[in-house]
Amino acid sequence: MSAGDLANSVSSNRSASSMRWGRAAREFLKTAASVSVTILGLLALTFFIGRLLPLDPVLAILGDDASQEAYERMVIKLGLDKPMWEQFITYLWNSLHFDFGMSLTSGKPVTEDILRVFPATLELATVAMILGTGLGIPLGVLAAANRDTWIDQVVRVISLIGYSAPIFWLGLLGLVVFYAGLGWVGAPGRIDIVYQYDLETRTGLYLIDSLLAGRLDIFADVFGRIVMPAAILAYGAMAYISRMTRSFMLEQLSQEYIIAAQAKGASRLSVVWGHAFPNIAVQLVTVVALSYAFLLEGAVLTETVFAWPGFGRYLTTALLRADMNAVLGCTLIVGLIFITLNLLSDVFYRIFDPRTR
Amino acid sequence: MTDPLLEVRNLRVAYPSAHGYSDALRGISFTLGREKLGIVGESGSGKSTAGRAIMRLLPPKARVTADALRLSGFDLLGASERQMRDIRGGRIAMILQDPRYALNPLKTVGAQIMESYRIHIKGSRAEARDRMLAMLEDVRIRDPQRVTGLYPHELSGGMGQRVMIAMMLIPSPKLVIADEPTSALDVTVRGQILDVLNERVEAQGAGLILISHDLPLVSDFCDRVLVMYGGQIMEELAAHDLSQASHPYTIALNASLPPLDHAVDELIVPEYDPTWLTEATE
Repeated sequence: MSAGDLANSVSSNRSASSMRWGRAAREFLKTAASVSVTILGLLALTFFIGRLLPLDPVLAILGDDASQEAYERMVIKLGLDKPMWEQFITYLWNSLHFDFGMSLTSGKPVTEDILRVFPATLELATVAMILGTGLGIPLGVLAAANRDTWIDQVVRVISLIGYSAPIFWLGLLGLVVFYAGLGWVGAPGRIDIVYQYDLETRTGLYLIDSLLAGRLDIFADVFGRIVMPAAILAYGAMAYISRMTRSFMLEQLSQEYIIAAQAKGASRLSVVWGHAFPNIAVQLVTVVALSYAFLLEGAVLTETVFAWPGFGRYLTTALLRADMNAVLGCTLIVGLIFITLNLLSDVFYRIFDPRTR
Repeated sequence: MTDPLLEVRNLRVAYPSAHGYSDALRGISFTLGREKLGIVGESGSGKSTAGRAIMRLLPPKARVTADALRLSGFDLLGASERQMRDIRGGRIAMILQDPRYALNPLKTVGAQIMESYRIHIKGSRAEARDRMLAMLEDVRIRDPQRVTGLYPHELSGGMGQRVMIAMMLIPSPKLVIADEPTSALDVTVRGQILDVLNERVEAQGAGLILISHDLPLVSDFCDRVLVMYGGQIMEELAAHDLSQASHPYTIALNASLPPLDHAVDELIVPEYDPTWLTEATE
């Protein structure tokens, strides 16, 4: 739309614009209300999971052979003697301040632990998502535009492998071939031990921190190490995204407006990317946001194979050691990630699709 | 002029099916000058397939053959995809049935009309914009400045179809194929849309093929009518003779319409005679 178009529509819609803002404000309040209710529900759910699990938090802290006296003192210290509703209010209050208590395994506040492990997963998931989306979308569009030809078949096989190959196997294979064999990628682990305490962590994302510090040698090391696990996570994401893109595109390519665009004499490229593709953007954003959320939840297998000190491993360890504070804290964070990404894709949807304005 | 605007001889379309190919069009032939030709027939008779076959817009799996398919002497079947792109929109336009589905929901009216113009005519954006506004006025849209900024879902059916006519006719094509252009519209605006279409086609000196299942509309609007059934042409006749048709299928079609001037006990469902389909097959 040119500036002229814009000026035109603005001047003619001036009377409507104040009404539109009122509507936007109301929409915002509605969304805020529904998000609050979801978060409250999430908190209630984690609270009750914490109470219902057949795990005695006192014994988990003190050990099995604690004296009765010590036991009772701990019950009072943890506030377990208070009525349920009071405990819940305290839990709500603490959670809203991101205070999830102490982790039993690390002996540090859970929040501190999460702040330490989450950037590792965030960095890995983000690189994987950029790769997976950047490859998955074009592949899916290509497959749809060349439906039932050899191109479609090749894309199908590529994504089928991505769906069905187990990640730990792919990961080990990747390490054997590209690290041990060819030496193209870095060793497992996030950063070389030499650099570990050398790097000033400002964001917690080593790729960015090393650039901010102007240390290209560290950047090269970190990059060499993240490539392999990110590529493996990206492969799975790519498989999913390309299949979804293909089916969304096929649906759009069979619409009447595509025939109309062809009847106008539009080129194949313009029909596919200019007409059909923008119409799947909204659906795609939802799919991409969802797979990003799954990656942020932490990929336990990948993190284990690549000795990645991330969120998935932390959560799994906490689960296995019955570290309830850490588990509930992590669960809340995962819930918040899903809610946030959902909200963002909702906002995008409203901005992008004129029918929802 | 030696060559007719459009010459169609023995046009056949077949789709692959479980047992070889099944025919959608079984050899239709007609010629068209600068006139209005109606194609009528029931659903599945092949009338829309014929329109799309002429523009080569059928899916790639369709097998299209013809002894001749020429636009002013130019062989459409032999044309490359590149040449067809110039012809589509530039020389042959197609008006589709329902503007709610045939306009891209994410693009403004102005952008869609300008795109049509700029695919075929070189020139600046400002020029395209001026032509677009003039074209909107030509299809009798009252406030073109405002309408250009609207999205398809903000248009009424009648307005949408005017926009479609503007979009498809802006590069001044010589042949217009209108595929059920009024079927999706309210009865009250049908007449206006046909008037606009007629006016534009005559102003541009183009030929028109009106594909419809609405017999009275076609007989009012067109010069000549082809009656199709089962992928074949049953009968060709002057539009005003439609009510005095001789072919049993056309007579049956006429009889299936409720008359307005007297009551009938029962409307007749056409009874099909398999011999209608065998006469043209050699």
